[in-house]
Amino acid sequence: MKALSLCNLRKTYSNGFEALKGIDLTVEEGDFFALLGPNGAGKSTAIGIISSLVTASSGSVSVFGHDLNTERDLAKSCIGLVPQEVNFNQFDTAKSIVLNQAGYYGLPHKLALQRTEHCLKQMDLWDKRDTISRRLSGGMKRRVMIARAMVHAPKLLILDEPTAGVDIEIRRSMWKMMQEVNQQGTTIILTTHYLEEAESLCRNIAIIDEGRIVEHSDMASLLARLHIDHFILDLAEPLTSAPIIDGCQIELISDKVLNVAIPKEIGLNHLFSQLTAQNIKVMSLKNKTNRLEQLFMDLVTAK
Amino acid sequence: MNVSIAFKTIVKKEIYRFIRIWPQTLLPPAITTTLYFLIFGKLIGDRIGMINGASYMDYIVPGIILMSVISHSYANVVSSFYSTKFQRNIEELLVAPVPNWIILSGYISGGIIRGLLVGMVVALISLLFADFAVHNLTIALITAILTATLFSLAGFINAILAESFDDISIIPNFVLTPLSYLGGVFYSVDMLPPIWQTISMGNPILYMVNAFRYGLIGVSDIDIQLTFIITGGFIIALVILCLYLLHKGIGIKN
Repeated sequence: MKALSLCNLRKTYSNGFEALKGIDLTVEEGDFFALLGPNGAGKSTAIGIISSLVTASSGSVSVFGHDLNTERDLAKSCIGLVPQEVNFNQFDTAKSIVLNQAGYYGLPHKLALQRTEHCLKQMDLWDKRDTISRRLSGGMKRRVMIARAMVHAPKLLILDEPTAGVDIEIRRSMWKMMQEVNQQGTTIILTTHYLEEAESLCRNIAIIDEGRIVEHSDMASLLARLHIDHFILDLAEPLTSAPIIDGCQIELISDKVLNVAIPKEIGLNHLFSQLTAQNIKVMSLKNKTNRLEQLFMDLVTAK
Repeated sequence: MNVSIAFKTIVKKEIYRFIRIWPQTLLPPAITTTLYFLIFGKLIGDRIGMINGASYMDYIVPGIILMSVISHSYANVVSSFYSTKFQRNIEELLVAPVPNWIILSGYISGGIIRGLLVGMVVALISLLFADFAVHNLTIALITAILTATLFSLAGFINAILAESFDDISIIPNFVLTPLSYLGGVFYSVDMLPPIWQTISMGNPILYMVNAFRYGLIGVSDIDIQLTFIITGGFIIALVILCLYLLHKGIGIKN
């Protein structure tokens, strides 16, 4: 079943800016889907329309088969939204924020209390339940928003840059949590500027640019299109000039560091055998750039 | 979906909000009205004598109670809903399957409850200064509830259309306060020159103050039925306007 279906969705703001120019998009049930795009590409507008915060100029949105115009309540009940910026009452406690949201979705009080406890525990916030939310750290505030979005057990969870501005430790714990939520059957749509995040979490991807979908495929086949990998090699001994290997572009960054661009068809074995033949000993190697980042740049700059 | 749960959630949240900040919401009217009763009722009132068969203190008590109901029902909704907009937690309601009429009735109920609660506080304080038997409690209660409803709705519209905190103080300062003072709280409209009597008839607060005064002390310059018709008409018109604004998402959606 399709968790989300957008059909010829358009949005023109009152100032004449055309944020969406007729996008079509489908997300399958159970997917972990990345919606990427540069700033101002139309991601937040699309998410705003799906979550009823922005009125579409034309087109249709269907959530688990429920049309957002004709079966609004059913469609809304399927969605949980974690917005980009903190948007809860900062004078309320974490518990009351989540509990009130359960009330807005019509959960009876007893069930709302159970769900609130479950979600706050899942977000590791139960100990902070009675803390006024403005006293929580940035990472905790984001987790409060995730708990709030999860309290009515939505089938589709939309995370709009959930890890922006949080430290790497919290980010990784949030990745783990998102994966667990997805494994439990919740479809997730993630927008993020951390392309490493999208690459490691998501199975399918759409890239939106200037109000149009410029790419919509599964992550594996998108990454397979990348022909050249870039590596940084740390050497044991200093060099005075970059070695020459057929098919590879090698640059000497400093006397013990090489920047290597190597086509996929050549492979690392060939590179290492050639370096060994030239008595160059490699101590360590790392990817120079995130692979998805490179594809992303190729797609959004290819106009 | 059970919309009554969403309604109860909004109302409970609203009540909790103004109870939590009681030094800002419940205490000031108690102090202000005590001063009104002392200065206008006691010190000046003793020199004025009777108005329409009532002592000046008894005469001004209903108007002062209703003035508190008006300003606090308005203030509750305008400040709460505008803050909700400003902090963007209105999005919590917009993403959920809460019908617009439930959002409206939840906030309006909060305004009515605060207005009536403040009215009760002022009424209790008035017992220290005035001494009268309630003439018709039903009319007094209905008038207070209709008045609180009307001004809660007006506050809601102000909050929807406001784009800054300045915008939510303009109406109370420049419209509501003058209309309240000119609404016959401290005087009988019969005491005015004929031209001002006619102009005063265009002030809806005059009708509500007089109906409430009739309920409490049995004295009114205005036909009570006319008050209910006018107030009811305004309420219907404002409800329609509020629902239209919510439906269109004006001020709350892109």
